[in-house]
Amino acid sequence: MNRTSRLERGGTPPLSHAPSGEETSSIGARMRSRLEAYGFLSPAVLLVTLFFFIPVIIIFILILSDLKSANFGTLQWWLPVNWSLENYAKIFGNKFFPKILGNTFFYVAVTLTLFIFSSALLIAVLTTHINRRAGFFFRVLWLLPRLTPSVIYIMMWQRMASRAPHGILNQLLVPLGISTGGDLIQAAPWLFVIIANGMIGASFGMVIFTSAIEAIPKDFMMASKVDGASTWQTIRHVILPSIKWPILFVITYQTLSLLTSFEQIMLLTDGGPGLYKTEVWALTAYHRALSNYFGNNQWGYGSAWAVILVIIGVAAASIYMRVFKFDELVQEPKIDLL
Amino acid sequence: MKVKLENLSKRWGKVVGADCINLDIGDGEFVAFLGPSGCGKTTTLLMVAGIYKPTEGYIRFDDRVVNYLAPKDRNIGMVFQSYALYPHMTAFQNISYPLKLQKTPKEEMKKRAQKVADMMDIGHLMDRKPAQLSGGQQQRVALGRALIKEPQLLLFDEPLSNLDARLRLTMRAEIKRLQVDLGVTSVYVTHDQVEAMTMADRVAVMKEGKLQAYSPPDELYDQPRTLFVAGFVGSPPMNFLDVEVVRENGDYHARRKGFDAVVPSDRGEKAAGKGNVILGIRPENITIANVGVSGEIYVVEPLGRDDLITVHIGEASVHVLSDPTLGLRMGQTVTLGFNTHKVQFFDPQTEKSLLWMD
Ligand SMILES: Nc1ncnc2c1ncn2[C@@H]1O[C@H](COP(=O)(O)OP(=O)(O)OP(=O)(O)O)[C@@H](O)[C@H]1O
Ligand SMILES: [Mg+2]
Repeated sequence: MNRTSRLERGGTPPLSHAPSGEETSSIGARMRSRLEAYGFLSPAVLLVTLFFFIPVIIIFILILSDLKSANFGTLQWWLPVNWSLENYAKIFGNKFFPKILGNTFFYVAVTLTLFIFSSALLIAVLTTHINRRAGFFFRVLWLLPRLTPSVIYIMMWQRMASRAPHGILNQLLVPLGISTGGDLIQAAPWLFVIIANGMIGASFGMVIFTSAIEAIPKDFMMASKVDGASTWQTIRHVILPSIKWPILFVITYQTLSLLTSFEQIMLLTDGGPGLYKTEVWALTAYHRALSNYFGNNQWGYGSAWAVILVIIGVAAASIYMRVFKFDELVQEPKIDLL
Repeated sequence: MKVKLENLSKRWGKVVGADCINLDIGDGEFVAFLGPSGCGKTTTLLMVAGIYKPTEGYIRFDDRVVNYLAPKDRNIGMVFQSYALYPHMTAFQNISYPLKLQKTPKEEMKKRAQKVADMMDIGHLMDRKPAQLSGGQQQRVALGRALIKEPQLLLFDEPLSNLDARLRLTMRAEIKRLQVDLGVTSVYVTHDQVEAMTMADRVAVMKEGKLQAYSPPDELYDQPRTLFVAGFVGSPPMNFLDVEVVRENGDYHARRKGFDAVVPSDRGEKAAGKGNVILGIRPENITIANVGVSGEIYVVEPLGRDDLITVHIGEASVHVLSDPTLGLRMGQTVTLGFNTHKVQFFDPQTEKSLLWMD
C-alpha cells in the first residue's frame, strides 16, 4: 500500500489521480477477473459435482429403496413413498451377517498388524540400518507386488498354490509332509488372502516409514547409542516416538483401504471356498449390488451394505486419532504466522 | 581413564576422514582437537565414541583395545553441537535417559538427576521439552545428560558454537571448572582456537585428516612445529615474510628487499645458509619504534584495546598491534621494531619449523 502511494506521488499526476470514469472500469475489471477465476475453476467443480456429490446423494436415496435389476424402470425409487429402512432390517437379520462382520474384522486386524504395520516397520528399520544400496534394493523388491497388476499378481499366487504336480509350494510342502497335495488356497484360504493383501500393503507403510526414519537427525541415534542404548532400545525410545505421526497416518489410511478393497479377495477366493468363508463386507456389497446370481443386481440393498462400511471407517479413524492423541501431534505449528 | 590412538585412520572409499593419528591422552587430561572445517575432528571423536569403526589402527582405553566395543559399553558421555536432545522427552527424561537404559531404580534416578540439575543450575526447567528451552538451557541439559552416568570419558563436539559470544565465555569457564572438579578425561572438538587454548591441557591441531601438532597451548603458541600451526594458532595470525638469513660480522641477519633485521644467533644459525626461508613473527612482537624497518600504513582497524594496523614493507605486508593513543593514520610512514627473540623460521618446501623439529 505504502509503496504504491509513494510511487503514485512520484509518478505523473494525470495518470495517478484518475477520473471517476476510470475507477468504475477498474471495478468492472475486477469483476471480470473474478469471473475468470470461477471460469477456470468450473470444470473441476462440475466434475466433482457430477461424479462425487450427485452419486453420493443418489446412494443415500438408493439405500432407502429396493432398486434392483428386476424392478429397474418400474420402481420410482426417487419418490419418498418408496423409501423405507427395509434394507437395514434385511442386513441385520441376515443369517450370515455375524459371519461377514467377523470376517471383516479378522481380515483387517490381522493384515494390518502382521503386514502393513509390523512388516512395514521392520523392513523400514532394517533397510535404514544396513548399507544404503542394499537397503534400497530390498525396498524396491518389496514394491514389486504393488507394481504388479492385481489380476497377474493373484494369478501368480494361484499358480504357486495350485495342486500337487503343478504348484511350486506343493513341490516343497508335499515332501515335507505339510501338504497332502491339494489346492492350497482351498485348504487355507485366509492364509493366502492375508499374505497376498499384506504384501501389497506393506510397501506403502515401508515407503512412508523409511522416509520418516531417514529424516530423523543422525545426532539423535548417535546420542542414544552413546547414552547406552542397544539398537532395540534406540528404536523403542527414539525412533518410534519420532515417527508417531507417520504411524498414525499409515494405520488409519490402511485400515480404510483394507476395509474397502475387495478385488484381490474376489480374484483369489471370491469369498469362498464354501459359504462366506472369506467373504468380507466390501465384497458383500459388491456381490449384492453388482454381481448377484441370476443377474439380479440389488443396487439398493448393496448400497445399504456399503454405507455401513463408510460409517465403520469413520469410526475407526476417529478412534485412532483419540488413541494417538491427534491434538497433541498437531498442536505446535512450526510456523506461527505467514 | 587413559586414551591412546595408534595409527588411527578412517576412510570412506577415497574420502579420507582421519589419517594415521597417533595420540596419547592422560588420565584426567583435557585435550582439544583444533582445526579448520572438514579436517577430521568429528570423525576422530566419533571413532573414540564407537560410532564409527576405524578403517585402520587401534583405540585403547587404559591399554585395552576397544575398536569393536559398542558405544553403550564404553562408558562415555557426549555433548553434540546440535545438543541432540530428544524432542519428545522433557529435560528430566532427557537427563535421566542414560540411567533409564541401565534400568536404574526410579528413586535413585530422581536423586541423581536432581544432583546433576543442581550442578547445571537447571532444576526449575526439568518439566520442559527441548523446544521450550533457550539454546543455553538446552546446552546445560545436554551437558547434564552426558554427566549423569558419571562417565570415564567426556566427548564434546563443538558444544558452544551455537551460543552467543557472552554465553560462550560463561560456558567455557563452567565446562573447564566442571572438568577439573570431576577430574574426568575429556576430548573437546572445536575450530575456535581461543576455546582450545584457554580450556585444554594439550591441543591437537589437525589438518586434512592429519595430526599437525600435539602440545600444551603455550608451546603451541611459542614453538609451532609447522607453518600451518603457526598460521592457524593465534589471532590476529602470525606474519610471514620470505627472507634469507646470512651471517655477517658474527650477527645473523634476516633480509629481503627493504627489510633487514638482526636475529638472535640461537635461532639465526638454524636458518642460515638454507637459501630462502619463511620468517614468522606475531603482530604483538612488532612495535612502532624509533629505529628499525620503515613502511607505510595501508589500513588501521581499531579492535578496542589495540589497533590492528597493516603496514606495507616494500612488496610485503605485516600486521602490527599498536597502541590506539598513537593516533596512527592511513598512508603514514612508520618505523617498525621487530622483537626478533620471538621469530620463527620455516622451510618453504616442507613447511616444517627450522627451530623446533628435530
Ligand atoms: N559419513 C561420512 N561419509 C563420507 N565422508 C565423510 C563422512 N563423515 C565425514 N566425512 C568426510 O570426512 C572429512 C572430515 O569430516 P569431519 O566431519 O570429521 O570434519 P570436522 O573436522 O568435524 O569439520 P567441522 O569443523 O566442519 O565439523 C570431510 O571431508 C567429510 O566430508
Ligand atoms: Mg565436526
